Amino acid sequence: MTEGFHRPQTEMIPNRAAPASSVGIVGWVRTNLLSSWVNVGLTLIGFYLIWLIVPPLLMWAFFDATYIGTDRFACEDRVGACWVFLDQRFAQFLYGFYPSEQTWRVNIALIMLIPALAPLLFDKMPGGKYLRWFSLAYPFIATFLLIGGFGLEEIPTNKFGGFMLNITVGLAGIFLSLPVGILLALGRRSQLPFVRIFCIGFIEVFRGVPLITMMFTAAMLLPLFLPPQMSLDLVVRVIVVVTAFASAYMAEVIRGGLAAIDRGQYEAAQALGLSYWKSMLLIILPQALKYSIPGIVNTFIALFKDTTLVIVIGLFDILNIGRSMVANPDWLGLGIETYAIIALSFFTVCFSISRYSLSLERRLDTSR
Amino acid sequence: MTDTPKPGSSSGSIWTNERARGIVSQVLLVGGIIAVVWFLVSNTNTNLEQAGLELGFGFLADQAFFEINQNLIEYSSTSTFGRALLVGLLNTLLVSVLGIITATIVGFVMGVLRLSNNWMVSRMAGIYVEGTRNVPLLLQIIFWWTILTGLPRVADSLAIGNAVYLNNRGVRFPAPILEPGMGLVIVTAVIGLIVALIISGWASRRRVATGQGFPSLWVNLMLIFLFPVLLFLLLGRPLSFDVPVPGRFNFTGGMNVTPELVALWWALTLYTGSFIAETVRAGILAVHRGQTEAAYALGLRPGQTMRKVVIPQALRVIVPPLTSQYLNLTKNSSLAIVVGYQDFVSVGNTALNQSGHSIEIVAIWLAVYLSLSLATSAFMNWYNSRIALVER
Repeated sequence: MTEGFHRPQTEMIPNRAAPASSVGIVGWVRTNLLSSWVNVGLTLIGFYLIWLIVPPLLMWAFFDATYIGTDRFACEDRVGACWVFLDQRFAQFLYGFYPSEQTWRVNIALIMLIPALAPLLFDKMPGGKYLRWFSLAYPFIATFLLIGGFGLEEIPTNKFGGFMLNITVGLAGIFLSLPVGILLALGRRSQLPFVRIFCIGFIEVFRGVPLITMMFTAAMLLPLFLPPQMSLDLVVRVIVVVTAFASAYMAEVIRGGLAAIDRGQYEAAQALGLSYWKSMLLIILPQALKYSIPGIVNTFIALFKDTTLVIVIGLFDILNIGRSMVANPDWLGLGIETYAIIALSFFTVCFSISRYSLSLERRLDTSR
Repeated sequence: MTDTPKPGSSSGSIWTNERARGIVSQVLLVGGIIAVVWFLVSNTNTNLEQAGLELGFGFLADQAFFEINQNLIEYSSTSTFGRALLVGLLNTLLVSVLGIITATIVGFVMGVLRLSNNWMVSRMAGIYVEGTRNVPLLLQIIFWWTILTGLPRVADSLAIGNAVYLNNRGVRFPAPILEPGMGLVIVTAVIGLIVALIISGWASRRRVATGQGFPSLWVNLMLIFLFPVLLFLLLGRPLSFDVPVPGRFNFTGGMNVTPELVALWWALTLYTGSFIAETVRAGILAVHRGQTEAAYALGLRPGQTMRKVVIPQALRVIVPPLTSQYLNLTKNSSLAIVVGYQDFVSVGNTALNQSGHSIEIVAIWLAVYLSLSLATSAFMNWYNSRIALVER
């Protein structure tokens, strides 16, 4: 056998590694940061911005900050942030004016929220069937815990405040607006002209006006509309208005879900001899709601952010508590710190919900 | 199924007849609404009677007795409630138009940057979008207002190039003064714009019919900018600026924008901008990759591909949600009330407290915002039907 060019290749040549410049960290940097001269420039500008913003921000927020004290005078000789109020006013930010010896009720209601939401958020839950009943019962349990009665000390709703008020109004709004929204969406697609006109009118009016005007309506007009002896609690009035407002948006989201369902499903339900309500409840709505979940979640995020509007009618949600604290001589000039903390609270909740909704969207998309 | 219909259980009854059932349920609905409305109206009448108030819009002609700190038209505390509401409405429109312009720019830039293949750039745009849209707008407005009112006092204003001054009373900047002849320049520019619109319509129709191109971009730029600028120079620059001069207590000359307006405008821009960025991103992503590839295969340059293939198709997806974002911005501008910018809702609220005519004021609010919203949806329907014709 001569050494030469005609020797047949009997073995596979092993795969060669990709060029070092296109894999690993180097490759990633080359394709994502330095792919062209423009991109090199943009990357440099990006690094410059980070260098400009991040170190001073960290210094301000953590290293130069003051954490311990009783009022703002503890921070007078510091250049960084003043987080003293967190220690001093934490309970108020969370619970408002809820009596401090009763706040365990709020905590329990919040903790019970996790098993109540779990079966709605995740498909495969051990014991999900029973948890679902718990989810249905949760609003009543939570209402009982927060307001009291039947042995528990009764707490008037004007003591509600802080982040707990935002969460209460937001959750009550979404929970109540879902059934109303479904009815409105079905009504808008109804064959019956009066039902349709009423639903269109309701939806368009509430979607067309700013929530703030509705808040004023709740605060100033509803008492005019009701008999003098029947006085509705302000928080209840706010929940009514927020529900009406959110259900108009919810109706449009669900209408989109209803429209996404194939005609054949409606026809098959009719062919099986199901009545309108049965075909809706058993065939159409379960599918339509599944398609509307991302929209429903987005409505909830919007609603939750909008709960800060209760400020205009004088309720003390977390934003109003912060705002009035900043106006207090003991805490004057701590606006940026206070609002940063409140912003962070909302961001945490809304961002995690929106991430969840994104992952859900992807999951629903593949199942189609 | 346990509940199969038992034969004959209800046949022939009114319940099995779909039409009859429909009529009955509608009668019940209408009856219910009438009953509720009657209940509310009768309550309202008793309540109003007890409070000694009368319904009616006559109060709009009464003297308002309150000041408004920013008025685009002449207004004083001796003016009427009607005029006060008009001033408020103009303030709402002012901040909305300003916000729509800047939010569109921010939104388009950020939406495109978010799709950049540069990791750093797309991440930074992403941080902006997620950071602003997950925080309540009301909080953002209050935050910026806190920062702006925390600026130095008038005497220690921060100066930018000896022309723009920042202080806790807002931003003071040079005011343009129109001298005789400037009107002519503006008229020329407007006429140029109209002619340019006609020309581009004609050019695109001719291109569709004959395939011949026309350099409408250059002709139009000339019409809109070159002629007015030439005329401006010919007439001896009939525009000057009233530059603010710092005095001992206050400025002389220039224009002042209140911190309320700036905070509201800035917050609305950032907040709505993040939603517009998402809309733009979705719109561009909605254009199929094959479109870009086909355009490259036909030999179009990347810029041409973007301008003539991707953007026209993306706009179809972008415009409807964009108009509803504009409407949202206009509605959200009513949050002005918390920082004391006197917009339509804020002025209405003051008028309501002064006059006690709450029902009428709320009715005016509803009427105005509903007409804005109906006008927007009319535009959206018109646009949708127009682009539907273009579709294959």
